[in-house]
Amino acid sequence: MSASSADDLIRSEFLAHHFRNLPEQKEAANLGMWVFIAQEMMFFGGLFLTYTIYRALYARTFAQASHHLDWKLGAFNTAVLIGSSLTMALAVHAAALGHRKATVRYLLLTIVLGAVFLGVKVVEYQDKFVHHLVPGAGFQFEGGDPRAAQMFYSLYFALTGLHALHMVIGIPILATVAFLAHRGRYSPAYHTPVELTGLYWHFVDIVWIFLFPLLYLIH
Amino acid sequence: MTEHASTAAHHPGEGHPANHVVPVGIYLAVFAALMVLTVVTVAASRVDLGAFNTPLALVIAVTKAVLVVLFFMHVKYGPRVIGLVLAAAMLYLFHLIVGTGADYVSRGPVDPRPDRPVVHGEK
Repeated sequence: MSASSADDLIRSEFLAHHFRNLPEQKEAANLGMWVFIAQEMMFFGGLFLTYTIYRALYARTFAQASHHLDWKLGAFNTAVLIGSSLTMALAVHAAALGHRKATVRYLLLTIVLGAVFLGVKVVEYQDKFVHHLVPGAGFQFEGGDPRAAQMFYSLYFALTGLHALHMVIGIPILATVAFLAHRGRYSPAYHTPVELTGLYWHFVDIVWIFLFPLLYLIH
Repeated sequence: MTEHASTAAHHPGEGHPANHVVPVGIYLAVFAALMVLTVVTVAASRVDLGAFNTPLALVIAVTKAVLVVLFFMHVKYGPRVIGLVLAAAMLYLFHLIVGTGADYVSRGPVDPRPDRPVVHGEK
């Protein structure tokens, strides 16, 4: 390591005084983000647990209720979200190399793919309203136990709704990071916000990886 | 800035010494694997494996999650303490699901009112 790049790591305007150098600060920030993600796993874990128990109790009705979801839209959205994870990873990669324009471009692509996912979700939710599959007074379900079917759709809306909420929160964060990247705030030495946003976005992708088969593909 | 000269020794041709730069090819390979596994998930759900459909779907989902965590989220290249945080979270999740599940399958109807027996589940 040459003197100039070592200098870079201890004399950055982004280095807080309680860290010795940028790599140390970055490691602390990453660890903090992972603790947050661990908390998110607990948060979604409670709902996955509820799903597991009700699915075990009402397997037949859950399968019937699941058939009202369009697996093609679910699969399409899975592909879109995996694509957005790729563009996110490439944005972090570009930021680490100091490629400002590529960083912004990949962040914007990630936002577009996230918006496509949410757009499909709107179409799906609308269909559930039209077909009286939204839990509540207007809920109608033929065949199986309507109360169990209502439980399936309660879990469907809770799980996919919380997941979508994470994306609705993630998109403005991505936009902010893209704007700051455009302004030239990040460098190979300091681009922690891009990395941490990436961790968040990939986590949201993983939640969907589990939701897709558990909600759309049960028979 | 003389970053490029200084980093050549670290990761040939790329990056800053503070970063672990993963070749783009790895990201593309992970992306391709995730897409293939999504197709496998859909295909596997169309084959009637009885009680094994859901465990198989979960095995595929876990495989996909591991790929994302190791490569997209850089856990493979990061400090080991992050693996510890992840392992702790998974252990708690395991306790949550297995502990509560065990209680549900072993306890039976729990409503204390004798005239209101609660029978969960389908006949």
